[in-house]
Amino acid sequence: MYPPSFDLTVARSVAEAVDALAEGGEDARILAGGQSLIPMLKLRFAAPSLLVDINEIAGLDLLERTNGHLRIGATARHADIVASDLPGGAVASAAPWISDPLVRNRGTVCGSVAHCDPEGDWNSVLLATGATVVATGPGGERSIDIGDFVVDFFTNSLAPGEMVTEVHVPVPAGASGGAYMKLERKVGDYATVGVATHLELGGDGTISAAGIAMTSVAPVNRKASDAEALLVGEAPGDELFAAAAEAAAAASEPRSDVRGSAEWKRNVVRVYTRRGLEAALAQAQAG
Amino acid sequence: MEISVTINGTAQSHDVEARQLLVDYVRSTVGLTGTHIGCDTTSCGVCTVLLDGVPVKACTVLAAQADGHEVTTVEGLKADGQLHAIQKAFKENHGLQCGFCTPAMMLVGAALLESNDDPSEDEIRWAISGNLCRCTGYINIVKSIQAAAAEGRAQ
Repeated sequence: MYPPSFDLTVARSVAEAVDALAEGGEDARILAGGQSLIPMLKLRFAAPSLLVDINEIAGLDLLERTNGHLRIGATARHADIVASDLPGGAVASAAPWISDPLVRNRGTVCGSVAHCDPEGDWNSVLLATGATVVATGPGGERSIDIGDFVVDFFTNSLAPGEMVTEVHVPVPAGASGGAYMKLERKVGDYATVGVATHLELGGDGTISAAGIAMTSVAPVNRKASDAEALLVGEAPGDELFAAAAEAAAAASEPRSDVRGSAEWKRNVVRVYTRRGLEAALAQAQAG
Repeated sequence: MEISVTINGTAQSHDVEARQLLVDYVRSTVGLTGTHIGCDTTSCGVCTVLLDGVPVKACTVLAAQADGHEVTTVEGLKADGQLHAIQKAFKENHGLQCGFCTPAMMLVGAALLESNDDPSEDEIRWAISGNLCRCTGYINIVKSIQAAAAEGRAQ
């Protein structure tokens, strides 16, 4: 299979990439790891007239903790997250579950985030942890809350000419923990069900913040807001987690397909939410 | 577009189409057919090459993205007329059946041993989890990588 013809610009700076995007108009696309885009070109699901390769931009692969955030640059690979000690919680938990080792060597976190595939894992992690997407365009840089960034099925809220340059995941100052639970048929398959969980504890041991978001069980990565609301301000415990798991399952909208029935997937959401909360709590309590 | 790629230590320059895939460049333009094409959908991993030492699926990288970089294919494992330790180990431990996935398995194994000279069985299985052996000959593939690791440590 061959991609349709396109022009390729290899950008050496973010400014060059943004200029090239602006010149290319609405048919221009950023090429980062290419692990979703190149297959989509080959399948003719996408036919951009111009690709702007950002892999040669120096420093764009940054991965660092600064000012209470984990900063993940546009060309940081999934494998970089796996190999680094910097990420914690749901981010560290999710990274080894992204596709397979070879795809992780090439694919990028920011690319996956921008792709907005509801079967992609990262946007659930970002929704659960309250992350921010940094976009750069002709008008400069702006920060977009992940909840506003993920608009719909394969649709983000980038304006024409904008590219994702970083993702910022908050690193809480107090006790916190998180997990990503993923059921997959085999290595490299999309999630049958994925659940990201994130908990922060106050000084008295009650839950001060909670995040739950789900993969592959709705037309978009979906935040289980009702389940989160049940948890905040409460003392963690089995009954509370069971109630939150029930609320997350109710917020899911799985469809029956080759990976299983809707009813079964909803039950997996329930079980994985509970297990994820337990893992997040254990991590938070261990400090 | 004009690209310059160092393949197995040899500088190559070619005029390629932007859409040409790295696997096709390596096989058809450069003529190194040890890199195979299997699923062509980023699943099977038989098209694995090392890009700057890192295993990637060459069906999902553009040739133009290798411009200015180093590519190692299975043909580049052998040095000075001697088989690479991983090639010797695959031969001695019957780490192949039909042989179709073997170039990729050896490259992934060699890359793993560069960063870890004593991988556990779990670490080896984890490293090759993006590469399919349709003969299901995994036991001897794992054994071969373990043998190459032992050989490397002994030297």
